[in-house]
Amino acid sequence: MGKTIAEKIFAAHLRDEPFPGTKVLNLDRVLCHEITTPVAIADLEARGKDRVFDPGKIKAVIDHVTPSKDSKTALQAKMLRDWARRHQIKDFFDVGHNGVCHAIFPEKGYIRPGFTVIMGDSHTCTHGAFGAFAAGVGTTDLEVGILKGVCAFREPATIRVNLTGSLPKGVYAKDVILFVIGQLGVNGATDRVIEFRGPIIDAMSMEARMTLCNMAIEAGGTCGICLPDMTTVDYLWPFIQGDFKSKEAALAEYRKWVSDDDAAYDKVLDFDLSQLEPQVTYGYKPDCVKPARELAGTRVDQIYIGTCTNGRIEDLREAAAILKGKKIAETVRGIVSPATPKIFSDALAEGIIQIFMDAGFCVTNPTCGACLGMSNGVLSEGEVCASTSNRNFNGRMGKGGMVHLMSPATAAATALKGVITDARTL
Amino acid sequence: MNKIFGGPAIFLDRSDINTDEIIPAKYLTEVTKEALQPYMLEDLKLEGFDPRGEKLKKARVVVSRENFGCGSSREHAPWVFEVNGVHTIIAQSYARIFRQNTFNGGMLAIELPKADLDRLFALDKAGEVTISVDLDAQKVTAVANGKTETFSFEISPFDKALVQAGGWVEFADARY
Ligand code: SF4
Repeated sequence: MGKTIAEKIFAAHLRDEPFPGTKVLNLDRVLCHEITTPVAIADLEARGKDRVFDPGKIKAVIDHVTPSKDSKTALQAKMLRDWARRHQIKDFFDVGHNGVCHAIFPEKGYIRPGFTVIMGDSHTCTHGAFGAFAAGVGTTDLEVGILKGVCAFREPATIRVNLTGSLPKGVYAKDVILFVIGQLGVNGATDRVIEFRGPIIDAMSMEARMTLCNMAIEAGGTCGICLPDMTTVDYLWPFIQGDFKSKEAALAEYRKWVSDDDAAYDKVLDFDLSQLEPQVTYGYKPDCVKPARELAGTRVDQIYIGTCTNGRIEDLREAAAILKGKKIAETVRGIVSPATPKIFSDALAEGIIQIFMDAGFCVTNPTCGACLGMSNGVLSEGEVCASTSNRNFNGRMGKGGMVHLMSPATAAATALKGVITDARTL
Repeated sequence: MNKIFGGPAIFLDRSDINTDEIIPAKYLTEVTKEALQPYMLEDLKLEGFDPRGEKLKKARVVVSRENFGCGSSREHAPWVFEVNGVHTIIAQSYARIFRQNTFNGGMLAIELPKADLDRLFALDKAGEVTISVDLDAQKVTAVANGKTETFSFEISPFDKALVQAGGWVEFADARY
């Protein structure tokens, strides 16, 4: 019997099996941000165990509220900053260099095929796009990860999602994942890895694969995962060229981390996406999904383009192509947050920032920002936001506020009209 | 903190209660568990449920339906229960991270099948429900107005060991 990629990664990282079915894995990466890490730091200090297992494998960023907005968030930032300095964690990103965790860490080349990755953040599943096993965990798992470099998981059962056909023009990875979540339901993949396969994935950029894997958790999935291929190698090449003679050699090495043909899956789902339309959520759960067309005309007050789901350069390009030379509706506020400083400067160089500004958008620094209603862009009671983020829970962007999730293209079209709009109908 | 498994129960009759409802993101700026204490379930909108009510204040057990604790990885969700003396959750199923966080903190996230939960929810109609948990025997006993119901539950040996050790930090520190 063959193995899935997740099973192979588990086998290669197995440290202990304290009980049947419980696998304690060695970790290649422990990623940290300023919201969930400070409590772990404080607890380690209180226990007299303020140590780290390997400062080279720990990466940290201040991203959720940055620059700090008040004394409390300033304290969180300071605790992370002081801790990173104290333990010589060199890959620590502070104001001026920081960006959204799930965008900046892959951009720096920290995530490789076959890695095990944890972070105190549910959207850590994003990093599965590289053929890694990456899971969001709580602060206690993070704390043990920091101290011991291990984390416990149940045996990973995998749902294989085959995506076939070819995506129609104007339909993007975000539409694909919203559709898949609509099919799976919010707990359809609980305790499961979602393995994305098929020609649609083969044709996707790493950015698009990250968008896809980012939302695996919204179906309850432990991790979304794509098999490493030449697209993965191309993306990582600037970081790995010293390690391999050629891209082909790198690929041969990384192909260790692909599922066997006779691997066993918990479930296999097939979707032909040749007819897929742009998708938008309604209501307060990410599996409440409809074609944008059916929600067309729904009033919104704010547009948010950014986040770990859709704040990458491709996303900004798609939105800018629609906004170019136009103005957003007078009834809406547009906010765009490039997810990292590199994305920001690339967008600047490409003239994309100017397009957003000319259209009437506010351009913020790289940060999570409005996504979770903790810093800027918070909604007022009864307000509605068209957002490229990943979560539409009641009050997520501010008490009494509502969020419709959609692709950057749909968000840009919606900004122009002031109501939900399928960009293909402009 | 020593954990107490059992006591008066509060019933939240809805599936998919998420971490934003359990503890809104705006309180994630706190750096101690204790500071979360006043905000338990603050944003949960459910008929007959009052986040400021006496019933929640007295509760030591929370009973709910499917996919409890979905959404964010924030351990602030089980922590807000912990600092309010709620060390036992009973539901049909959980989101993975919430379930792990609860056991990692040495608390109980008990799963019961739907039929058992229906009986438990029916008991809630009979009056105030008090629940006791026997972890060794893997049994939950619920009493309301003289009526008693008993349920067996499954728990993985690892999760049980975490509860007995007092949490994952204790377990891992002793072993790795
Ligand atoms: S952008 Fe939003 S979903 Fe992503 S890490 Fe930040 S807060 Fe979480």
